[in-house]
Amino acid sequence: MICRRAFLRFLVCFSLSVSLAFAQSSELRFCLRAEPKTFDPLKVDDDASLTIRYLTGGVLIRVNRQTQALEPELAESWKVSKDGRQIIFNLRQGVHFSDGSPFTAEDVAYTVTRLMDPALHSSTGDSFRSGDSTVTARIRGANQLSVTFSAPVIGLAGLFDQVAIMSSRASNKESAVLGPFMVSEYEAGSSVQLKRNPNYWKKDAQGRQLPYLDSIRLDIQPNRDVEVLRFRRGELDLINSIDTEYYDRLAASSPAVVHDAGASLDSEFMWFNQVANSPIPAYKRTWFRLTNFRRAVSEAINRDDLSRVVFNGHAKPGVGPVSPANKFWFNSRLKAQSHAPQAALQSLQAEGFKLQNGSLRDKDGNAVEFSIVTNAGNKYRERMAVMIQEDLGKIGMKVNVVTLDFPSLIERIAQKFNYEAAILGFQNVDLDPNGQMNIWLSSAENHAWNPQQKSPETAWEAEIDRLMREQASASDPKKRKAAFDRVQEIVAEQAPFIYLVNKNALSAVSASVEGAAPVILNPQTYWNAERLTLHTTAQASR
Amino acid sequence: MKAARMLACVVLLAVCAVSLAAPWFAPAGYAKQFREAPGSAPSRQHLLGTDEIGRDRFARVLYGTRISLLLAPAAALISTLLAALVGGLAGYLGGVWLRLATGLTDLFLSLPWLFLLITVRAVLPLNVSPVLSILITFLILGLLGWAASARVLATSAQSLRSSDFIVQARASGLHGFRIFLVHVLPNLKPVLYAQFWISIPVFILSEANLGILGLGVAEPMPSWGSLLRELEGLMSFREEPWRLVPLLLLIIVMTSFQTVLSKEEVAA
Repeated sequence: MICRRAFLRFLVCFSLSVSLAFAQSSELRFCLRAEPKTFDPLKVDDDASLTIRYLTGGVLIRVNRQTQALEPELAESWKVSKDGRQIIFNLRQGVHFSDGSPFTAEDVAYTVTRLMDPALHSSTGDSFRSGDSTVTARIRGANQLSVTFSAPVIGLAGLFDQVAIMSSRASNKESAVLGPFMVSEYEAGSSVQLKRNPNYWKKDAQGRQLPYLDSIRLDIQPNRDVEVLRFRRGELDLINSIDTEYYDRLAASSPAVVHDAGASLDSEFMWFNQVANSPIPAYKRTWFRLTNFRRAVSEAINRDDLSRVVFNGHAKPGVGPVSPANKFWFNSRLKAQSHAPQAALQSLQAEGFKLQNGSLRDKDGNAVEFSIVTNAGNKYRERMAVMIQEDLGKIGMKVNVVTLDFPSLIERIAQKFNYEAAILGFQNVDLDPNGQMNIWLSSAENHAWNPQQKSPETAWEAEIDRLMREQASASDPKKRKAAFDRVQEIVAEQAPFIYLVNKNALSAVSASVEGAAPVILNPQTYWNAERLTLHTTAQASR
Repeated sequence: MKAARMLACVVLLAVCAVSLAAPWFAPAGYAKQFREAPGSAPSRQHLLGTDEIGRDRFARVLYGTRISLLLAPAAALISTLLAALVGGLAGYLGGVWLRLATGLTDLFLSLPWLFLLITVRAVLPLNVSPVLSILITFLILGLLGWAASARVLATSAQSLRSSDFIVQARASGLHGFRIFLVHVLPNLKPVLYAQFWISIPVFILSEANLGILGLGVAEPMPSWGSLLRELEGLMSFREEPWRLVPLLLLIIVMTSFQTVLSKEEVAA
C-alpha cells in the first residue's frame, strides 16, 4: 500500500516537474523559405541568412523598423563628419559576446576591415564602397574609434544597421555573437535552432534580461501552402510577407491573426522599351519615346481597380519611385495618377494619334499594338497585365499579354532588348535613395527603359543624373531630400516607369504571441524578437 | 459495355454542342471583366461565379472547352499523319530506314520536352494574338507528339511487310511507294484511328500542363489549362466547390474518350 502511494506521489511529482519545465521553455517557431547560404554575417546575401543575421547579430546602430529612425545599439552615440567620409563611434561598455569575451573597439575595427576586404566579396560591404574602397579604422580609446573611408559614403550611419559586429578574438567567429539569440543547431534542409544569448546586453524597463524567449526554431520550408497549413494547425507562430490570397483565407477563419501594416516599400511597375538599337519596329520605338504616349498609357490604367481587384484592397495605387511608406524620402506633393481615359486620348491626339473604328492609329496609319511581357507564374502580375490589356483596349490600343519563364524574360529585357513593354516589381529594402543609383543613372545597367547610355539621350535623363549625383555628394539631408524630390517629380512627368501599385505589408501572427507589432519594413513580424513572449498555454499545447 | 460507349458518345456530343453554342449560353463573353464582382459565388447572372478579375467563369469554361476540344483533334491529326509517314514508311521499308526511324523516335521520346517547349516559347515573336497563340500551341503539340504513335505504326507496318498479299503485289511488279499507299496504309487504318483517338486526350492534358506553366493559350482566351490554374492555392474544396467544375469537366471528357475507344483499339 505504502509502495503504491509512494509510486503515485512520484508520478504526480514527475509529471508536474516535466510540465513546469515544458511551460518555462518558450520557443517561437516560423519558417525560412530557403536554406541559409551562410552563417557569416558579413557574407549575407540571401533572405534566410539575413533572418539569422538579424536575430543573432549585434549592430552599432539600428534602424527602428517602426519609426524608421536610427537608434543607438552597441554604439551609445556617433558622429558623422561633414564631408561624409568619417564616423566616430562611442561604444557601449560592459558588453560581452555570447562566448563570454568582452566587446571592444578592436572587434569593430576587425569587422569593418574585414567587411571592406575586396577578397570577401561582401554585398553589405559593397554598399559602403565609394572611391578606391580603402577604409581606416582607428582606435581612439577603449570605447571610441573612428572609421574613415577614402570618399564620402552617403547615408553612412544607416548602413551600419546591416553590419553585425564579429569577435576579433574568438576562434569560431560565427559562434560568438552580440545579438539576442545564437545558433545552437543546424540541420541542413530541415531547420535552424536558435537559443537565447545568455550574455545579451539589453534589459527591459523593469531591468529584466532580454530576450524573453528561450529559443527560436526556424523550419526550412519553401512551400507557402504548407507554411500556411502549419500556421493554421498552430505549429508556427509567424508568417512574414504573406500573399493576398492566403491573407484573406486566414482572415476569414481567424481575423485576429492577420495584420495589414499598409503600403510597403515594394512597387509594381510597367515600362516601355526605349533602347535606340533594340530589334523592335522603329515606329513603335518612336511611340515609346513620346512622353505623351507614356503618360496617356499611365492615365488610361485604372490603378484603383488594380489595387482592389488584383490585391483585394491590400495595395495602394503607385505614386512614384518612393513608396508613401518611406516617411522621410517620399515626395508628399505627388499624388497617384487618377484614371482618366479621356485625358489619355487627348494627349494621344496631340501627338497625331487617331481613334478609328475602335482602333488607335498613329499619324502614319500604324495600328497601336504592342506586347507586355511578365514572368510566368506570378499570378498578380499576370492579372494586372490582363486588366491593363482591357483598360488600354478602351482607348483603342491592342495589347498582347505574354508570360515568359524568368531567365528568358531577363535575357529579353536586359541583354537582347527584344521586348516592347514589361511589368515587373521592385523589392526595396533600403530607405535611402542612394540604393537606387543603379536604376536612375542613365549609364546604369538597371536603367531598365534604356540602360547603359554613354551620355544621357534626353534632357530629363541628364537632369536626373545631375540630381542623383548631387544628392549622393551632399551630406545635408535637407539638400539631399530636395534633390531627390525633384527626381520623383521628373519621373512623374516623364513616366519612364509607370508605377502601378505598392503592395501592402501583410503578415500573420498567432494569438499566442505577445508583443508583436507588425510593420512595413523587413523583418515585418519579428523586428522586436527580443521583446516577444509566448502564452504558456500555447507552449503547453505543443 | 455497348451502353457505356453510347453514353460516352452522348456526353462528348453534348459537351461539344454546348461549347459550340457558347455565345448563346454565355452572352457576356469570356473576356469581359465585371470588376465590381471579382471572385464572386454562383448567381443568376454568373452561373459558376466569376474569376479573380471578375470574368464570368461559366463563359470561360464553355469557350475554353471549345478551344481544347476543337484543337486537340487537329493536333492529333497532325501527329498521326507524321507518325504514319515516319513509322509506317520505315516499318514497311525496314533495314537501315527502320533503324533510323527507331533512333529518331527514341530520341524524341527521351528529350525533356517541357524545357524545350519553354525555350521554343521564349524564342517565338512576342506580338502574337491570342488566336494565333492557340494555333501555335496546338501545332507545336502536334509536331512534337508523333513519336510514340510512330513506334506502334512501325511495328504494325513491319509485320505487314512480309504478309502474303504484299509479296504478291511485289511479284506483280508494283513499285514500293505504290504498295505502301495502296496496300500498306489501308491496312494500317485501324491502328491509325486508334492512335488518333488516343492522342486527343493526351494533347488536351498537355495543353493544360503548358497552361499551368503560363505557356499555353494567351490571355484573355480561356483554355482548360488556364481554367485549371485557378485551382492553384485552393486549400479546401468545401470553400468554393464551383471552382472544381473545369476539373470535373476534364475528367468527364477524358473518361468518355477512354470509354468510346474499345479495348481492341487501345490494344492496337
